[in-house]
Amino acid sequence: MLRVEPIQEGIVLDHIRAGMGMRIFQELGLGERGLTVALLMNVPSTKLGRKDMIKITGVLDLDLTKLGLLDPGITVNYIQGGTVVRKVKPGLPERVVGLIRCRNPRCITSTETYIVPEFTLVNPATKEYRCSFCGERVRV
Amino acid sequence: MRAEVALKGRSFINALDLSPEEYEALFDLAEEIRAQPEAFAEVCKGKVLATLFYEPSTRTRLSFEAAMLRLGGQILTVADPQTSSVAKGESLADTIRTIACYADLIVIRHPKEGAAHLAAMYSPIPVINGGDGAREHPTQTLTDLFTIRTFKGRLSQLGVAFCGDLRYGRTVHSLLRALLRYPGMRFFLVSPEELRLPESLRDELQAHGVPFLEVEQMEEALPHADVLYMTRVQKERFFNEEDYLRLRDFYILTPERLHLLKSDAIVMHPLPRVTEIAYAVDADPRAVYFQQVQLGMYARMALIASVLGVV
Repeated sequence: MLRVEPIQEGIVLDHIRAGMGMRIFQELGLGERGLTVALLMNVPSTKLGRKDMIKITGVLDLDLTKLGLLDPGITVNYIQGGTVVRKVKPGLPERVVGLIRCRNPRCITSTETYIVPEFTLVNPATKEYRCSFCGERVRV
Repeated sequence: MRAEVALKGRSFINALDLSPEEYEALFDLAEEIRAQPEAFAEVCKGKVLATLFYEPSTRTRLSFEAAMLRLGGQILTVADPQTSSVAKGESLADTIRTIACYADLIVIRHPKEGAAHLAAMYSPIPVINGGDGAREHPTQTLTDLFTIRTFKGRLSQLGVAFCGDLRYGRTVHSLLRALLRYPGMRFFLVSPEELRLPESLRDELQAHGVPFLEVEQMEEALPHADVLYMTRVQKERFFNEEDYLRLRDFYILTPERLHLLKSDAIVMHPLPRVTEIAYAVDADPRAVYFQQVQLGMYARMALIASVLGVV
């Protein structure tokens, strides 16, 4: 089996839904930050069956809202001195500012493009958000 | 608490921005103004209302302007934004901030949904939504609630039938949501299949446990209604003329159908009417849609005076 060394300082993104690892890697711009990063795909998991993982060495300020939106089941482990010092489960964010755009062509945000779109979670089960401007519901 | 205290400096963007208690206070004030208009004829002296209409609307604009003039205030109007800086590509945010330098209160109508919310975000003075696309028209809801309270004496324990375009009619959606907050309401939703109430609103009705009945024939609802709310099938909400023409005449209130209505029921309509209410119905005392227009002006007078904090 493929093995990746444990990291001493950094972040491990665990319990990523299998197949989502590459997308998260790209959305977080991990290839452009000059950090040592390992993307593991289809890792056997007792909880998920298969999962993806990302191991990042070094200090990094992660956008947890974005992570929660991309994959609410993810676990963020902060590692110091080879041990997990903090575990965060971002989950679905209640409020999302600027990360998604409204798909309603009649929404004011479609023409007044300087506006930062805002969405509020209305149904966690269906991952539905409501546009704060026009009320349109979107599934993420 | 009196309305003017609670509402001073506040924008009115969505019908649900006001609590039922705040609506009550506004209606009390509107009744006072209606009973004694001369006592309020100068309360807005020295104040300026700007009406900014990006969409054609004679009715709503005139209602606001009449309201302000009857309160002794003055008006600035941008009735055709295509002749203003908007035509040069100015953003809505900048237009609003500019107008706010001249006026004390802005009323905006805009074809895009959420435009009034955006205007309020950037405006240092209160903004009233005069209609934004298919989304909200809160002062119509204010008018409608005031009309029901005036003629029925209450806003609870009522059977309300909505008839016509329930899918695209924003006045229906706003009024329904506002009425959901009162106890003992029953709704009859009369529309063709194509113009049924949106699923999300039906879900809201169910979530509130409010009894409602969807029917295709007016006759099934009329005997149970205390309030019959007729709507126009709006041409601008359709993609093609053929669909519009086919559905336009689907539900017409005629004197024959009116016989099915209770003797103390009322017939309302946000106007303008096209063909959905026969002219022969107008003389019936239950037809209150023109009184509704006048009550709307008094309700807007109460709103303007309260938001400006002048009474």
